[in-house]
Amino acid sequence: MKIDVKRVAKLANLELDDEELPKFEKQLEEILSYFDKLKEVNIKDVEITSQVTGLENVIREDKAAPSLSQEEALSQTKSQHNGLFKVPGILENE
Amino acid sequence: MNNLNNLTIKQSYEYLNKKKCSSVELTSSCLEQIEKLNPEINAFITVSELALDEARKADELRSNNQELPLLGIPIALKDIYMTKGLRTTAASNVLRDYIPQYDATVVRKLKEAGAVILGKTNLDAWAHGSSGENSDFGPTKNPWDREYYVPGGSSSGSAAAVAANLCAAATGTDAGGSIRLPASFTDTVGLKPTYGLVSRYGIIAMASSLDSIGHFTKTVEDSALFLNITAGNDPFDATTTNKELPDYTKDLHKGIRGLKIGIPKEYLAMGIDKKIKENFDNALRQIEELGAEIIEISLPHTKYAVACYYIIQPSEVSSNLARYDGIRFGNDRSYFGDEAVRRIILGTFTLSAGYYEAYYKKAMQVRTLIKRDFEQVFNPPAGGVDAIIAPVSPTPPWKLGEKLDNPLRMYLSDIFTTTANLAGIPGLSVPSGFINGLPAGFQILGPQFSEKLLFQIGHAFEQTQERKILDI
Repeated sequence: MKIDVKRVAKLANLELDDEELPKFEKQLEEILSYFDKLKEVNIKDVEITSQVTGLENVIREDKAAPSLSQEEALSQTKSQHNGLFKVPGILENE
Repeated sequence: MNNLNNLTIKQSYEYLNKKKCSSVELTSSCLEQIEKLNPEINAFITVSELALDEARKADELRSNNQELPLLGIPIALKDIYMTKGLRTTAASNVLRDYIPQYDATVVRKLKEAGAVILGKTNLDAWAHGSSGENSDFGPTKNPWDREYYVPGGSSSGSAAAVAANLCAAATGTDAGGSIRLPASFTDTVGLKPTYGLVSRYGIIAMASSLDSIGHFTKTVEDSALFLNITAGNDPFDATTTNKELPDYTKDLHKGIRGLKIGIPKEYLAMGIDKKIKENFDNALRQIEELGAEIIEISLPHTKYAVACYYIIQPSEVSSNLARYDGIRFGNDRSYFGDEAVRRIILGTFTLSAGYYEAYYKKAMQVRTLIKRDFEQVFNPPAGGVDAIIAPVSPTPPWKLGEKLDNPLRMYLSDIFTTTANLAGIPGLSVPSGFINGLPAGFQILGPQFSEKLLFQIGHAFEQTQERKILDI
């Protein structure tokens, strides 16, 4: 199985140096070919398991409760403005 | 006694209650051992400056007849547990300066039980790894051979800290073996509880459907005592159980006469080191002598567990690590180390359009088959067994650097441990002696929520062994 590491890295918002690509490509392709093992398993009509202890629809009352203050919430950011998080623009402005 | 730091939780409790020592003396003894050994072992990333203050406070409470199960007992926390006001790094440069605004539920419970927090222990960054070497704060060394050997991972620092008596007990996380493997490499007792028995809230998420919150102790009894404190429903983690929970220390001394213990034939057929096999056979004989019936069982989908696990886990990792963008806290994504990058890319790929069905969905179906294997084996009407025992690692501890350049080989070290996480069942790793001076252990697996039985079996076996205290 081939993997286009550069393209997938972009999807995951990771910037890799070009010289790193061959190393990751080789390691990941080796891992992906190990996954071929699963091809021999018969999974016809088998349900998926995503919640392993069988819990379903865990709900609670929608009630307000104390949470972090604005000051606490901002205490770990390096990027703030007027008591708000400052984020990079997502729309291009030509 | 000079070496108060060698005490178990139970012994510490007795010493404190009979006024044979104070919590300040006990805590100082651990801090001195940390100062002496940490430069070499690298078990701690951060040592708390508040530990002695907490010990003083505990002594005061005790003199006012306050009774709490861990009052004044010094413990360590894997540095993936959020601690309010105390740096939490996940051993990654992304969180090198991160100071949490709140405590994980388990941390809150331990503090309420009176524990003294000594500090935060090293790990494979984000809990990705089986050796402890993937840490951005340097590898942890195995206290039993500090020059050459890995302590196992990902909860490397917690295992090493308990083994080297830097603390009475330490917390860990186990998504695919990250508690059981290092426990077996360091002669400590490691518990991976049933999925959802202990809250994940405030513990930096790795793979949310697999993460189990457990701990390392010096004895099985301590492990049960610790679980009494950490287990239980948490409104902040919707996957925690609503079941009424037992006192886990209750049937410890009941013995194992008449229990049916299964040995999975697939595990022993899968290329296992000769010395490990020998060690395991010795343990088996002891268990038989204690009166249990040993029965060969079959878990036919075991050979697919590692492939299944290393699809599901990186998929969930890629999603959980998507939040680290360096805006609200921490550094940006260029600070991720190689292993995190590998898993994010692998997971993004297996979840991406066109590959989801072939990889992720298929792995989640195979997971069902692995879970069914266990359900059948544990099914009482069908003559099922009470518990299973198996080796933890197919090999003894390996050398530092040995598997670092070959991620697939590293992943294959988890061959006997990932099945429990996929099936959501508990596993207790118990020491079973030494091979060429390095520790070995085996794991006891049981049906979901059978921790009490695992402690009963583990404790019975432990009584046949002598606790070896690492004297360094």
